[in-house]
Amino acid sequence: MAELTIAGVDKSYGHGEQRKQVLEQIDLTLGDNEFVSLVGASGCGKSTLLTLVAGLQTFDGGDILVDGKPIDGPGLDRGVVFQSYTLLPWKSVRANVEFALLAAGNDSASARRIADEHLALVGLSQVANAWPNQLSGGMKQRVAIARALSYKPRILLMDEPFGALDAMTRHQMQLLLTRVWESHRLTVLFVTHDVEEAVYLSDRIVALGANPGHVKAIFDVDLPRPRDETIMESAAFTALKRHVLDTIREDMPALPAF
Amino acid sequence: MPQSSTSSPRRGTSSPWFSLQQPLSRRRFWGVAIAVFAALLVLWWVATACGLVPKIFMPTPLAVIERLAAMVANGTLLSDIGVSLLRIALAFLASTMMAVAIGVLAGTYGIWRAVIEPLVDFVRYMPVVAFVPLTILWVGTDEFQKLLVIWIGTFFQQVLMIMDAARRVPQDYIGLGRTLGMSNLAIVRRIVLPGALPDIWDATRICLGWAWTWLVLAELVAANSGMGYRIVVSQRYFQTDTIIGYILVLGLLGLLTDQIMRLVERRLFRYRQGA
Ligand SMILES: Nc1ncnc2c1ncn2[C@@H]1O[C@H](COP(=O)(O)OP(=O)(O)O)[C@@H](O)[C@H]1O
Ligand SMILES: [Mg+2]
Repeated sequence: MAELTIAGVDKSYGHGEQRKQVLEQIDLTLGDNEFVSLVGASGCGKSTLLTLVAGLQTFDGGDILVDGKPIDGPGLDRGVVFQSYTLLPWKSVRANVEFALLAAGNDSASARRIADEHLALVGLSQVANAWPNQLSGGMKQRVAIARALSYKPRILLMDEPFGALDAMTRHQMQLLLTRVWESHRLTVLFVTHDVEEAVYLSDRIVALGANPGHVKAIFDVDLPRPRDETIMESAAFTALKRHVLDTIREDMPALPAF
Repeated sequence: MPQSSTSSPRRGTSSPWFSLQQPLSRRRFWGVAIAVFAALLVLWWVATACGLVPKIFMPTPLAVIERLAAMVANGTLLSDIGVSLLRIALAFLASTMMAVAIGVLAGTYGIWRAVIEPLVDFVRYMPVVAFVPLTILWVGTDEFQKLLVIWIGTFFQQVLMIMDAARRVPQDYIGLGRTLGMSNLAIVRRIVLPGALPDIWDATRICLGWAWTWLVLAELVAANSGMGYRIVVSQRYFQTDTIIGYILVLGLLGLLTDQIMRLVERRLFRYRQGA
């Protein structure tokens, strides 16, 4: 739904002696409705880049633009899903989604209607009145996705949203996200350390190198859509996965030989 | 082999005194708790009834009960409780309102924390008792002085605990508010405050327990009404039965308010009892 441009972005943390360059000259453009994954070794700056795009932190140089307009702090044009589910525990599942809709300026009647629609979309109508504490990790993250989609951001930012889930649930969530995205279409920037997940979900994969974080390689994922699970067994899928993995591994410290 | 092939886990073999984290049934817990009280009561009764301790220092349980009953009958006890309850309620309400406002502010904004935390931390370690003469010099011995003593005793503790409660609200919740474009004020009101409320409630319950001590202190020193006042008067006439009776009643009142706070807590924060 929108184009995201990251142009020459630099980011460092700390002052003086402690100062550490975390991102250097990041250039990246996400086309309208494009699904792009960021992969890279732990600590290379993936989360930092996502936080910058979300407008939650300032950066030292460069520009971040949505449809050609520089961002000014956080905004409802960008929805964010963090790894920690960030559901407010004192609100019911439905009220958590309504919370975002009310903040976005909806009246309570339409907030309720839209919240229920989005809970249905992620298959959680049954638990609309439950407390977040009563849900499994996968269900919580589905609520968080429903909430982030509910107010119709033009760009969805996700930071390892399935990172804390077990393999089975994770897989289900990947299917769900593909289904939702293929039917809703919006621009997505998706951070993950799981290369298979990245290949399965994305149109393009950006591999970040470390120290300081930089764009190391960009891979086009030329797999047909709609995608289902069987695609993971295709030769093209496996070859690309291997290729991306090899690129990232160059950055990882070598394991001691036995 | 004495054991059957479908051997169930062995039970009742480890001593409950030396087992870690072994769940104790509710019934057993209360059984033990009540037994401890009963044992102390019997000890008290035996020690006083057979003259081990002179009655003038330590009256028998029965004498205390009779004295309390007499004071209920002539209305003294209830009016003393009424006066004291009003004082603690007013002072504690003022303390809580100020502590929530200032504590949440200091827990949320770094600059306010710098203004408040070191100062309050310092004041907190000053002995409250030492302020009592000052409060008398400042505001005299009228009603306001009692409230001031209670307030000094509770506020500085409470504000720090509430500040910590606000700081413990996960940063991600605040990040959520920001990504939704909420104003700082809206984030404080709709995310930080409700997020910190269980801990604020807990801090308040604990501080309320302490407030009873400061109440009695204020009434011991310069009052002509209230439970602490009655205790001082009784000292003059060597009425140890009244003193002990009042101490027990104060303990009960403290226990009661604590239990009420816990009850409300369970209702208010039901969302925490999830799976
Ligand atoms: N708030 C912060 N203050 C200082 N250093 C930080 C902060 N956040 C992240 N870093 C550092 O920046 C680097 C990149 O972190 P991050 O973006 O979380 O990496 P990734 O998500 O790829 O694992 C790491 O070295 C991390 O220690
Ligand atoms: Mg990260």
